[in-house]
Amino acid sequence: MKEKLEQIRKITKEKIKDLKSMQELTDLKAKVLGKKGELTEILRGMKDLSAEERPIIGSMVNKVRDEIEDAIKEAQQNIEQALINKKLEEEKIDITLPSVKIKRGSKHPINRVIEEIEDLFVSMGYDVISGPELETDEYCFERLNLPKGHPARDMQDSFYITNEYLLRTQTSSVQARTMMANKNCEPIRMICTGKTYRREDDATHSHQFNQVEGLVIDKKERNVSLADLKGTLEVFVRKLIGENSRLRFRPSYFPFTEPSYEVDVNCFKCGGKGCNLCKETGWIEILGAGIVHPNVLKMNGYDPEKFGGFAFGTGIDRLAMFKYGITDMRYLYTNDIRFLNQFDRKD
Amino acid sequence: MKLSKNFVKDYIDVDVDLKTLAEDMTRVGNEYDSAQKLIDATDLVIGKVIDCVNHPDSDHLHVCKVDVGTEVLNIVCGAPNVRKGLKVIVAKAGAHLPGGIIIKKSNIRGQESNGMLCSIQELGIEHKFLKEEDIDGIHELPEDAPIGGDPIKFMELDDEVIDFELTANRGDLLSILGMAYEIGAIYDKKVKEIDLSHTENGEDINNKFKVDIQTDNCSMFLAKKIENLTIMESPTFIKNRLIASGIRPINNVVDISNYVMLETGQPLHFYDADRLGNMIRVRMAEENEELTTLDGIKRNLSKNDIVIANSQKAIGLAGVMGGLDTEVENTTKNIIIEAAIFDSVKVRITSKKILRSEASNRFEKGLDPNRTYMAIERACNLLEKYANAKIITGIVKYDKTKKDDREIYIKYENINSVLGINIPKEEVLKVFERLGFKYVENGDEVKVIVPRRRLDISIKEDLIEEVGRIYGLDNIEGKLPLIEMRKGSCDNTLREIRNKMVSLGLNETLTYVLINENDVKKYTLDKFDELRLLDPITEERNVLRYSLIPSLVKVYEYNVARNIKDVSIFELGKGFYKKEEYGENLKLCCLMTGDYILDIKNKKKVDFYVIKGIAEEILNYLGYENRYSFINNKEIPKEFHPGQTGIISVNNDDVGIIGRLHPSIFKDDVYVLEINLDKLLEKKVGKMKFKEISKYPRIQKDLAIVAKNEIESSKIEKEIKRTAGKLLVDIVPFDVYYGKGIDKDKRSIAYSLTFETIDRTLTDEEINGMLNKIIEDLENKLDVSVRKE
Repeated sequence: MKEKLEQIRKITKEKIKDLKSMQELTDLKAKVLGKKGELTEILRGMKDLSAEERPIIGSMVNKVRDEIEDAIKEAQQNIEQALINKKLEEEKIDITLPSVKIKRGSKHPINRVIEEIEDLFVSMGYDVISGPELETDEYCFERLNLPKGHPARDMQDSFYITNEYLLRTQTSSVQARTMMANKNCEPIRMICTGKTYRREDDATHSHQFNQVEGLVIDKKERNVSLADLKGTLEVFVRKLIGENSRLRFRPSYFPFTEPSYEVDVNCFKCGGKGCNLCKETGWIEILGAGIVHPNVLKMNGYDPEKFGGFAFGTGIDRLAMFKYGITDMRYLYTNDIRFLNQFDRKD
Repeated sequence: MKLSKNFVKDYIDVDVDLKTLAEDMTRVGNEYDSAQKLIDATDLVIGKVIDCVNHPDSDHLHVCKVDVGTEVLNIVCGAPNVRKGLKVIVAKAGAHLPGGIIIKKSNIRGQESNGMLCSIQELGIEHKFLKEEDIDGIHELPEDAPIGGDPIKFMELDDEVIDFELTANRGDLLSILGMAYEIGAIYDKKVKEIDLSHTENGEDINNKFKVDIQTDNCSMFLAKKIENLTIMESPTFIKNRLIASGIRPINNVVDISNYVMLETGQPLHFYDADRLGNMIRVRMAEENEELTTLDGIKRNLSKNDIVIANSQKAIGLAGVMGGLDTEVENTTKNIIIEAAIFDSVKVRITSKKILRSEASNRFEKGLDPNRTYMAIERACNLLEKYANAKIITGIVKYDKTKKDDREIYIKYENINSVLGINIPKEEVLKVFERLGFKYVENGDEVKVIVPRRRLDISIKEDLIEEVGRIYGLDNIEGKLPLIEMRKGSCDNTLREIRNKMVSLGLNETLTYVLINENDVKKYTLDKFDELRLLDPITEERNVLRYSLIPSLVKVYEYNVARNIKDVSIFELGKGFYKKEEYGENLKLCCLMTGDYILDIKNKKKVDFYVIKGIAEEILNYLGYENRYSFINNKEIPKEFHPGQTGIISVNNDDVGIIGRLHPSIFKDDVYVLEINLDKLLEKKVGKMKFKEISKYPRIQKDLAIVAKNEIESSKIEKEIKRTAGKLLVDIVPFDVYYGKGIDKDKRSIAYSLTFETIDRTLTDEEINGMLNKIIEDLENKLDVSVRKE
């Protein structure tokens, strides 16, 4: 019996080494360990053994069975692993083939710049206010110290719908609206962005363009001054154009501010040395600004003896062109998909 | 305004170079367009043609020997007027001429040529300024021109010009004197006196000549008589200064009127006295009154035009253009000088209609009445000197103007608080002195007496600007306003919609609001009056858009024409209308065509359900889930596919349209979506809030329904939902089948139903019972059957 056991052990272990599939493994397991298996046979034959022999053989059988079971378990793991490996091997793909092309949208460059400007001013405590694009002569001109017949109206040749209604030539109309809406004469800190329209169309002027307008009004004792205006615009220009930007204020004339200034920034192409972009002057005109004209305050319900402040405005189209290096203004409005697709990522 | 440096130097010492002057003027608020020499050329020399023979191989060229003092040059010249003995302008080899031309040694048909003989035009003088004899040939210098000398100096063309772009309020700078004051303020120099001296003769004009002013639009009118003029060519300096200022020289008398206008800013008009008669009247024109102006054109006037008339008829358009009948001609002997001030707005309106001139520009910007007198006297001075004129005693005057200077009181503290710096009192007063403003000190305040010439200064803020700009704005340090801290506000809805659309893979466009009238009523059945521009730039864009769809269709057409076939775009913008009132609505518009998912293997062509998905994404994102429907039994605009278009309805209110554009108009499958955001967003949405989630598993069941094609899926879903009640948490149609086993006019729709409850595990019996109830209800209420597997 001992010999028989030893033989079973030896042969079975040989067979286990040659196992190739789960089926073979199951068959072998049944043949040795199953109900009619070889080891079971031996256990069954133990009843014929003497009382002395029985425990000895019994423990031998158990030992052989444990050994075989372990070997089978190990073989099983090996086979399973081989199967997984085979499957993985079969599933190998060429990861350099193209992905599923999920369309990536894009935001128009002008609106990107508008959002950037709005975020900046909101962070400085300004309210973003919007107003109508179809505006009345009253809000677009008269309340801004531009009475009918004023020569400065020529600077802003307009698209009229009737004698009274026109497409706004400037976002400044929202200044008047904001002041008029503020019946209690609270201090104002606001910007307005949006479309504006003028009756001109050439290589450097589009009849439709975008502006941002800012207005700060506070009590006289707070002394909102030209220096504050300069500091505010420095923050604006440094954020939008570059940290090394310097400003130059040039006196100018706008009916709604007095004093009025045109504001230049040092040329970002040449840094101020002079080049074709800045027409060899080193400066690029970028903003109009000034101290709110007392007539404008008065006409919109604020007492110029008690309140004062500044206003500024600039064209966004040109800023967007500078920022992204867009070479021709017309690209902004033709909406070529190849153009739009270039503004499809975080900046 | 073109500023001749030589001209202004008559009145102020300028010892900086041109570029510095231009930049310094810019700093005080006077921008310039260009600053350059009148003749921008090098290596020019006066030469004498000592020999001139015909070129052996040409029928028009000449071979010349030209003595330029240091040497004799061989030069080939094609001008018809070149001849032996002529004094000429020689551009030597290496010379730079305007327009980037460089003269090189060359060989012209076998003859050596070491330079060029120049015409005036080649020196950069515009064609309109040329005299007749200068048009076709080289310039002929007079006999006394020194050989080897500088021809530019000799011709007194050695001037420099700055072309300023002045602001609308600085009418005072439209004069050499005004410029002199400005330059004087910058460099702290005094302006020199203008020479007005002349002798008056004969009987006072007031005895023989009258002016009759019949309109308030003329506040001042001066008339002066001049006799015995000699009309001839102007002296060189007058001609050259006119040319440098952009005005064409004509003859001494006409030139002097322009010269005085340039000096003083006051336009003058000269009438032929013998044809004028003995009176001048200023009145408004009659409606349709006729007048032939200087340029020979017969003008039809309106009652808004100011006219100058004699006893019979209109003889000139005030401030704009004189009449032909009383024009100064070569035979004119006696003239009446007019120096007047007309209403700036009226002149502006008339000149806009007729002609914008140097004169009208000055009237529009406003004039200093003191200069009106000055101009008359200056003209007398020059006419006496350069036209041998006899100046008749007296001036006929009509004068309702204020000539006194303005007095403005201002506190020093006020100046500093507006500018945000601390300028000492002495510096402030110094600025006023430099500007030529008198002042009276009074403690912490100063009274400033602003001369009349500075029409732009009327309030203290104007003075603050003056102090700032002359003191120097670069001295102001930027700082941030000291104001109450608070968070700014911004309505981000628009931005969130934009971000959502971008994340759905669409490109944002920005198109023009102005479109063509033929497109404005398309893609909509709404009733409104279109908004038409009174004065469009082009008829292509003559109305304001109502819908954004025409604009996006144009973008689609643009791209498709460039072979870009996958177009998925959107825009947020306004549409305009007049219904009862004028109004505008914010709209979201989207256009899709071509492929939505782009890679070759997984291509997904845009169809109705793709754009419907976009619409639902936006509506769900904005919080309108379960509140909208797409309705297709309403009338739709004819530009849409009748079978693939729906009205978007939220809470039973139409807010937009979605569908395919009509295939007979568009050869591609083009889908659009437009939502009136103003209308949509006024429907309130609750705050986002957490709902308890079930701890028990959900159960999913499928149900296939066979229904007639005209029974919409939404109707079936609605019925299922009604029966199932709260247990049913989701229902999704996942397959639509036509064909084998199904009647021809029917289809089978498979729905996936998800059941869930918050408080217990659902049992199979309960769900099966529910399904049976659903089937029963469906079959009873709708003409449908449930498909058995």
